[in-house]
Amino acid sequence: MKLRRFVIALSIIIALVLQIVPMPLTVDQYRPDWVLLVLSYWTLALPNRVNVGVAFFVGLILDVLLGTSLGVHSFALCISIFVLAANYQRLRNYSIWQQAVIIGTLSSLYHLIIFWLQHLQTDVNFLFDYLWPVITTMMVWPWIFALLRKVRRQFRIT
Amino acid sequence: MNTMFTRGPSLVSRLALALFVSVILIFIDHKYDGFASVKVYLNSIVSPLQYMASLPGQILNSSAERFTSHQKLLEDNRLLTLQSVSMNEKLQRFELLEKENQRLRLLLGSPIDAPTEKMVTELMAVDNNPFSLQIVIDKGAINGVYEGQTVLDNKGIVGQIMEVGTTNSRVLLLADISHAIPLRIARNNVRLVANGSGKIDELLLEHVAHSADIQVGDMLISSGLGDVFPEGYPTARITSIVQDESRPFAQVKATPIAQLDRLRHLLLLWPEDAPTRPIMQSSEEGQP
Repeated sequence: MKLRRFVIALSIIIALVLQIVPMPLTVDQYRPDWVLLVLSYWTLALPNRVNVGVAFFVGLILDVLLGTSLGVHSFALCISIFVLAANYQRLRNYSIWQQAVIIGTLSSLYHLIIFWLQHLQTDVNFLFDYLWPVITTMMVWPWIFALLRKVRRQFRIT
Repeated sequence: MNTMFTRGPSLVSRLALALFVSVILIFIDHKYDGFASVKVYLNSIVSPLQYMASLPGQILNSSAERFTSHQKLLEDNRLLTLQSVSMNEKLQRFELLEKENQRLRLLLGSPIDAPTEKMVTELMAVDNNPFSLQIVIDKGAINGVYEGQTVLDNKGIVGQIMEVGTTNSRVLLLADISHAIPLRIARNNVRLVANGSGKIDELLLEHVAHSADIQVGDMLISSGLGDVFPEGYPTARITSIVQDESRPFAQVKATPIAQLDRLRHLLLLWPEDAPTRPIMQSSEEGQP
């Protein structure tokens, strides 16, 4: 089936769209890192197909979409995804909640790297509100994991 | 296929390469602004994603419009008619005053204010990047939008165009931390510069002397210095003045007059000396 080949790309595109859907200001600060979640799943499941290279290009797209200088998001995504890709065999054996904690840690690393890079460019101040997405990302991970695993088995993606 | 041995370069060298390229990109983009022309194409390439992202909001809006009651429409209609009558009355006086002003300027030998062209545009997306305040609007290079162009809403200045794409462009809001705008107080022409604070409803006025004649509630209008923003548009209102004598300057805060968190329809301005002229699409021919 032709769709099979595009499932990974399609899921990443959906994640990118979810990442930029306009939302009311009060809800916006709790938006989970959809792109990081989806890339994390594929890295854990198929590290030979999705790893640092894909993260780099998706990060560049994210930079253009979010209007940051090119390279900021790709830098942060690459480091986070590298940690997963280097340890995927161990992380696969963890329970889903342990994985959620790991993903949460990575998400805070991701946000801090982005903050640092932005801080070098403009003197933005750190607010703890910037770390709300870490909590929501952790809570969304089990559902994303279950959903994408179903998708992967359905389409038999290897 | 689950290969035990990965093909190509190892993971660490891939990471090193990706990080190296990222750092170089950040450096070139930030320090030398080297991607200004490439970014137009990049923005055009990703614009389908932005259209997709704004779709749910549009569907909600259109279905909300479909279900508005007859009562509500009548009420709106009545209000708008009233508004239009009172505005027309003001406009009549304004035209008279404008002519008088131009005659007086002619007598004094001062330059006459050139007319500006306008185009209505709509908000397409709001960035969720917490470190910068930017929005995306649905007009781009094919409409004659240029970088540095002034964007207004119905109350006052919103910001300026930062990046131009083919069919959409990115607006940097007044309150962004990297934005500054030259202003003067409408009451007494004291000149000030307002920096964004990163909070959507706050501007910081820097280097204001303790002795400067400012009051809470003063209206700030654009001064036209710096050749980016045209003169005389309402921009902000002073909300607090802290005069701590131990500091060299007074700490003055202002709030933008435009409601930056609830923008919908915006206005683009083309002053006389703009580098491009507006290009109206056929469906917008009727607009002012």
